[in-house]
Amino acid sequence: MTAVRRKALVLGSVTTLLLALLLEAVSRSGLVSRAVVPPASKVLVEFAHLLATSGFWTAVGETMAAWAAGLGISIVVAVPAGLLIGAVPAIYDWLRTTIEFFRPIPPVALLPLVILVLGANQSMKISLVVIATIWPLLFQMLYGVQDVDRVLQETSRSYRMSAIFRARHIVLPSTLPYLVTGVRIAATIALIVAISTELVSGAPGLGTAISLAQSSGAVVRSWAFIFTAGVLGLLINVVFRGLERRLLRWHPSRRAQEVS
Amino acid sequence: MKIVSRVLHALLVPVLLVALWWALSAHSTSPFFPPLKDIMEAFRANWLFARVGSDVVPSLVRMLEGYALALVVGIGVGLPLGLVRGLRDAVEPAVEYLRALPVVALIPLFIVATGIGDLTKVLVIALGAVWPILLNTEDGAGSVEPELRSMALAYRLTPWQRIWHVVLPSALPQIFAGARTALAISFIVMVISEMLAATNGIGYFVLQSQSSFAITDMWSGIILLGILGYLFNLLFLAVQHRVLKWHAGYRASEEMGTR
Repeated sequence: MTAVRRKALVLGSVTTLLLALLLEAVSRSGLVSRAVVPPASKVLVEFAHLLATSGFWTAVGETMAAWAAGLGISIVVAVPAGLLIGAVPAIYDWLRTTIEFFRPIPPVALLPLVILVLGANQSMKISLVVIATIWPLLFQMLYGVQDVDRVLQETSRSYRMSAIFRARHIVLPSTLPYLVTGVRIAATIALIVAISTELVSGAPGLGTAISLAQSSGAVVRSWAFIFTAGVLGLLINVVFRGLERRLLRWHPSRRAQEVS
Repeated sequence: MKIVSRVLHALLVPVLLVALWWALSAHSTSPFFPPLKDIMEAFRANWLFARVGSDVVPSLVRMLEGYALALVVGIGVGLPLGLVRGLRDAVEPAVEYLRALPVVALIPLFIVATGIGDLTKVLVIALGAVWPILLNTEDGAGSVEPELRSMALAYRLTPWQRIWHVVLPSALPQIFAGARTALAISFIVMVISEMLAATNGIGYFVLQSQSSFAITDMWSGIILLGILGYLFNLLFLAVQHRVLKWHAGYRASEEMGTR
C-alpha cells in the first residue's frame, strides 16, 4: 500500500465516521422526527440482531436468487446474440432501429403486466430482471464486436483461421472489456429491479421486508433492511470491479489507465 | 435509391413486429393479451388527450424537477470533488455506499417522512439520478489535460475563469454521458414512485388499471411509457449534439458511429 493510498484510506474512514456521528446527532437532537430517521447506532444494532435471524437470510436469499438467475439468463442470451449480430453485418442492419427503439423503454413499464401474468413470485422477479438487464448487455456486446481491430480481423481471415478459432482468439478477447463492463452495469440494475418488483408486487424478498417493517411501524428494522440493500449493492460493485481488474489486467486500455 | 433502401432497412422489422402483434392478437380471448386494436382504441381514449392534464403532465413535471435537482447538485458537488483530491478521498466511502443503495428501497420511508405528495417523488428521483452525474462530473473535472491546466495557470486565470473556461468545457462530454444515464433513471424512479405512492400520474394509472383488471387501459399506459422513454432519449441526443458539436473528441466518436 502506497503512502498516498494510505492517506486516502484514513481520510475516508474519518469522514465516514464523522458523517455517521452527524446522522446520530441529528436524530438524537430531534431536528428530524425519530419516527423517520432513527439514530444510526440503533439501526446498526438492529442490523446485527437481524443477522442472527433466519427470516433475514431468507429475504436476502430470495432477492439474491432472483438477481443471480435473471443476470445469468441475460448473459447466456445476450453474449451469443451480441456476437452473432455483431459478426453478421446484415443482421445488425435490419435489427438496428428495432434494438434502438426497445433500449430506452423502461422495463418497469412492463411490471404490472408481468405481475398479472405470472403472479407475485420468484419467476416474475426473474423475468423482469432479464428484461431489464438484457439490453445493456447486448449493447455492450455490439460496441465490443464493432471495436475489433480491422487489421487483426483481416489478417486472421487471410491466414484462413476457422470461424471458431477467430471467435475464440480474436473477437472474444477484444469484446471482453466491454462484456465485463456490461455485466457490472447489469448486476447493479438487476438488484434495483429485484427490489423494485418486490416493493410493488409484495413478492417475498428484501423489498417486501422493508415495506412490511415500515407499515408495521418498525422504523428501525425498516432502516436496517435498507442498510442491508445498500451493503448488497456495495458488495456487488466491489466484487465486479475487482473481477474487471483481474480479468483485464492484460488489456492495453486497462494498463494505460493504471499507469496514469 | 440508397435512401429508400435505408428507410426500408430501418422500418421493415418494426412494422413486421407490429403487424404480427396485430394479427396474432386480433381474435385473442386471453384476458392478459387483448387485441391490439382494442389497446389502440384505449390509447386514443386515454392519452389523446383526456388524461394528459391529469396524469401525463404531473408525471413529467415530477420527473423534470427531480432531474433538474440532480443536475444542479451532481455538477455542483462533482466539480469540487474532481478538483480537490483530498475532498474526493474524504467522501469516497460515503459516496460509494450511497450510490450503491437502491434508491427505490427508500420510497416507503420517504412516504412516512414527507407524505405521498410531489416532494417525496421529486426527492427520490433526484436521489436516484444524482450519482451518475456526480461521478462523471468528478471524473471529467479530475482528468483535464495537464497541458491545458498548466497553461491556464501560466496565464494566471482566476479560479472561476479556470472552472468556467477550462474545466467545465473539457468535462462536458462526460457530464453529458452521466446526464443521459441519469435521465433514464429519473424516468424509471418516477414510474416506480408513482406505483408505490401517488394519487395520479402514469405509473399510478398503469398499476390501478392492472389491479382493477382494466387490461386494455393498462396496455395503453405501458405503450405510452415506451413512447415517452424513446422520445426522451431522442430529445436528449438532439440537445447533446447541439451542445457538444464543437468538441473534438465528441466529433471523432460520432464519425466512428459509436454514438
